[in-house]
Amino acid sequence: MIFRLSCKEASRLISEGMDRRLSLTERIGLRLHVGICDACTRFTSQVKFLRDALKAYPGPNDREER
Amino acid sequence: MPSESSAPTPLELERHRPYLLRFALLQLRDRGAAEDAVQDALLAAIQSAARFAGQSSVRTWLVGILKHKIIDTIRKASRERPPESEPANDAGEDLDLFFADDGHFAEIPETWTSPERSLEERRFFEALERCLHALPKNTASAFTMRELMGLETEEICKELGISTSNCWVMLYRARLSLRACLERTWFQPGPTGPGRGEIPG
Repeated sequence: MIFRLSCKEASRLISEGMDRRLSLTERIGLRLHVGICDACTRFTSQVKFLRDALKAYPGPNDREER
Repeated sequence: MPSESSAPTPLELERHRPYLLRFALLQLRDRGAAEDAVQDALLAAIQSAARFAGQSSVRTWLVGILKHKIIDTIRKASRERPPESEPANDAGEDLDLFFADDGHFAEIPETWTSPERSLEERRFFEALERCLHALPKNTASAFTMRELMGLETEEICKELGISTSNCWVMLYRARLSLRACLERTWFQPGPTGPGRGEIPG
């Protein structure tokens, strides 16, 4: 039931949404769930942060540049 | 900033070696292979330095070259030994561990305080490396191919010889694990105070 997602189902869609375009139904289901779920709201920003972190890898530099 | 670009000298390129090595090492997890990839990338860069467009930084340009070398390495390795360490059909049963029977998180994700500030801390990246190393090799490899190398899922599946849905499962597993690991080891839960009414032993 896409309109009554559990956190388990929602978090999987959150992750897959980083890798493929979700269907309209999936997006609606996800929005309904995340709208009322703090845990999945935090999960969403955390997986986005992981992306930023890997983009920034290996991080602040050792005097080479600048 | 000078707008005129000139070809970077070999010495200028060489300065980036330590940076490139860490990048390659995170993806390949093998010092020898990483050093070879970096060496190949630097040689290719020296040979084509005249073509450096100057539109991006030298480092960005070098990383672009290095990514190709890393992918070559991965391809060669996967041709040489077919994957066997992890099940070909990865349904992700182990992911149940992250959830309670009713589908809620077993460990509810906590609020991370100003995570973006962590990106300015060297120690954060070391914590991230440790968390990545705790993952199964293919899982870590899929994740870094996606987020470090910026590959699309289709390419990752092809390189790892797995189906697209297995690939999504792997990336999902990686994110769940890394999130939990960083929360445990870096974003320690805020000062919630000691357990109430607890008598210290």
